[in-house]
Amino acid sequence: MSTASATVGSRLADIVGSQHVITDPVHLTAFAIDGKTPSVAVRPQSSAEIAGVVKFAAKEQLAIVTTGARTKLGIGQPPRQYDIALDTTRLDRVVAYDPGDLTLSVEAGIPLHKLGGILAEHHQFLPLGVPYQSQTTIGGTIASGVDSPLRQLYGTARDYLLGMEFVTGEGIVAKSGGRVVKNVTGYDIHKLMIGALGTLGVITRVNFKTFPTPASSRAFIATFQTVERACGMRNRVLRSPLAPMTLELFSPGVADLFSSEAAARIEPNPMPENVISATRWTFTAGFCGNENTLKRYEADLREMANECGAVDAAVLVSPQIAPAFARKREFVPIALSSSPATTILKICVLPMKMSEILKSAGQAAETNHLRWVAMARGVGVIYFAMLPTERSDETKRHSAQAADQILAACAALGGHATVPWCLTEWKDVLKVWGLPRPDFAQMQKLKTVFDPHAVLSPGRFAGGI
Amino acid sequence: MDSQAINDLKKLLGADAVLHRPEELLLYEYDGSVEIARPNCVVFPRATPDVVGIVQIANRYDVPIVGRGAGTGLSGGALAREGGILVVFSRMNQILEIDIENQRATVQPGLVNLDLSVAVAHAGLHFAPDPSSQRASTIGGNVSENSGGPHTLAYGVTTNHVLSLEVVLPTGELVRLGSPALDSPGYDLDGLFVGSEGTLGLVTEITVKLTRNPEAVKTLLAIFDTVDDATETVVEITARGITPAACEMLDGWTIRAVEAYVHAGFPVDCAAVLLLEVDGLREAVEQHADDVADVCRLHHAREVRVARDETERALLWKGRKNAFGAVGRLSPTYYVQDGVIPRTKLPDTLRRINEIGKRNGFEIGNIFHAGDGNLHPIILFDAREDEQFRRAVATADEIIGFCIEMGGSITGEHGVGMEKDRLMPLLFNEDELNLMRRVRDAFNPAGLLNPGKIFPTTKGCGEIHVRPLPAMGASRA
Repeated sequence: MSTASATVGSRLADIVGSQHVITDPVHLTAFAIDGKTPSVAVRPQSSAEIAGVVKFAAKEQLAIVTTGARTKLGIGQPPRQYDIALDTTRLDRVVAYDPGDLTLSVEAGIPLHKLGGILAEHHQFLPLGVPYQSQTTIGGTIASGVDSPLRQLYGTARDYLLGMEFVTGEGIVAKSGGRVVKNVTGYDIHKLMIGALGTLGVITRVNFKTFPTPASSRAFIATFQTVERACGMRNRVLRSPLAPMTLELFSPGVADLFSSEAAARIEPNPMPENVISATRWTFTAGFCGNENTLKRYEADLREMANECGAVDAAVLVSPQIAPAFARKREFVPIALSSSPATTILKICVLPMKMSEILKSAGQAAETNHLRWVAMARGVGVIYFAMLPTERSDETKRHSAQAADQILAACAALGGHATVPWCLTEWKDVLKVWGLPRPDFAQMQKLKTVFDPHAVLSPGRFAGGI
Repeated sequence: MDSQAINDLKKLLGADAVLHRPEELLLYEYDGSVEIARPNCVVFPRATPDVVGIVQIANRYDVPIVGRGAGTGLSGGALAREGGILVVFSRMNQILEIDIENQRATVQPGLVNLDLSVAVAHAGLHFAPDPSSQRASTIGGNVSENSGGPHTLAYGVTTNHVLSLEVVLPTGELVRLGSPALDSPGYDLDGLFVGSEGTLGLVTEITVKLTRNPEAVKTLLAIFDTVDDATETVVEITARGITPAACEMLDGWTIRAVEAYVHAGFPVDCAAVLLLEVDGLREAVEQHADDVADVCRLHHAREVRVARDETERALLWKGRKNAFGAVGRLSPTYYVQDGVIPRTKLPDTLRRINEIGKRNGFEIGNIFHAGDGNLHPIILFDAREDEQFRRAVATADEIIGFCIEMGGSITGEHGVGMEKDRLMPLLFNEDELNLMRRVRDAFNPAGLLNPGKIFPTTKGCGEIHVRPLPAMGASRA
């Protein structure tokens, strides 16, 4: 440990207590981001302590990265500077939960699964079926902007986030929004924090609307010879009065992926047999309701699948649903551990362009000799994973070429794509944040307001923010 | 304002698109609130380049600039508080694109809210935000205020339906935020701009999501002999996890006003009604309607009526949506509040509102979005009597104070505007207000766009007090 970092450590100990300062290099490797290890990690317990840490960092021109369960630190560009890891996991309290009002206020470091348990006691839930479910914190979920299959019915966090408390890059503790379900008082600053990778503030508390857990749910599965037909099924369903909870299409390669050892390590419950076809495109839709509603969904979906040329169709019931849903939820970590050099693109297009972009993306990967799999959500958000068999200069070049082609194809269709997950060493050639966007200049204005000294996660965000 | 600025505006837009004589401006010193402020001139752009040109002229002559749709706002958001140029978007009212397959539409800001739903009805779609003013209010106005409406209980408010905006910043810069495809990379600028009450930019194009019409709808009218029974019903519906598409409450006073005007079929001798709607698949709607009716009966509903057909349903909603018009017949001026409370606190809050009204000598009507705890107490007063006006405002402030005490908010859908700016310190401390001011200044550095809104104009406004009477020397008569 250098003298400088020892001084920093002792100064930080004054703020958070010496037992909550980590300076041991061995332990600090757990906080590494893209190969950069901080010189110190702190575990504050309150927003006031966080404000103290941030003010100290701003004064000393040190850079902070906020961490939770550290499952998604690979998203974004490598930090330009990284001195202090600000671990939020001691902020893990439920501040207020009023089941009768279906509102919840929690600290950012609370693990999502723990929160799920508390809500389940009241037959409620948050529709955050996000990856790394058994580890991730609520703060990390919001800051990374990951999504959930349940967005088909419930929308994304921005649709049920009611308010937030955060600490700015100047160490100001501020709140935005509130705890009531409808509120237009002041600017919706909390929405800016979603997916911002902690570049505008350290999220310390979040307020949500909760939802009643559906009494009963099932899933419908159908397989199709071509991506066009599978997309045709998606279109047919969403033109109907049906409102499924989830709707995804899976490329043929996903069957192998989901039955792999990598998948079993992440989700131990086995995948139900014959759910995802190894040779065809698979359509899945989850739905909920009373017995009559479930029957209606089944009957209508079977009929639609027939009309759309499905090869086969099946209905999953509990207990098969949970392991299948878990794999869908954990698509990203499963794909990441399925290749020594996985690159995952997040592609967003208008729903009617899905079939076209999936074809272009598949071609781009194949032209570059890359195995690929895709999970396409019905709303037009696609996770496209390229899985080279080895990590080499050649696969790097091929992955970058394929990604560039996909980015261009996506832009030509009026959509946008990013590369949230890839090897650190490949970030010099992969366009992590996609193609430049005209609104990046407006984003820079906000960065200047919230973090004028660039203390918070400098360099990790879009446009070099 | 410099007469040369008026000439420049005429040169840019044509003489028929610029109003500046006092008698022409009269109409534009009002909106739907009790506030008054007169602009120096009113302009009607026809296209985005017009708006850019107007902003450039405003910058050249250093005059304020304020956007306005139909002027139905309830917080003075579209009033030129410090004078200047009022940009009225009524001529930019085109639907630019309807994309049925992708359930998107791109519109100009002056398009009337309901016109979009009418235009896509043939495809079984609609635009979900449905403020009571939807026959008049514009989508640009809805975006600025993040408008709600009865059906936002289940479908969300305006911000949940906006995907992309074209905005002219107060510097004259034209920018596009977000995208028609979801999850636009970077900060959620749409989320910031929607509901920013016209203080960050002038919106010139809006891409929205369209929502599929439900297969089945049931509208129920539950009639109660006490307000407590009605509010307890709402508490239990919420707690049971039933989310109706809409859950509106009208108290007896409001019902009598409405019936005298609309004849919607509300019983004039009751203490309160709940107007409840459930929608979705036929199979689900049957059960949800039964569940809702059960809760109503459990809480002593005198009667639960189910609208038998579309005509009956439309009539019930006509009663609800014209309620403010009905109240307007009783009094030339009334003051509507927009506080929000946790739904579990509805019974206490309604009792307290009644008590506050009695103590201050006002009969307060209540008509509101009960399902999301968004209150609209109505206080009638005679604007010609300054003392009465002051007392009405003080009464409203006391109600808002109680909402905040309950853990609520000062505005659920009407916006802060120039009406509630002085109440902002009740919810946000000086650090938080300054942070928001800096966000505003980042986009609106010279403060030319919609000055005097959202933020308290005087410092140290830590307690509720009677606000000064409207500036601008305008009379309320």
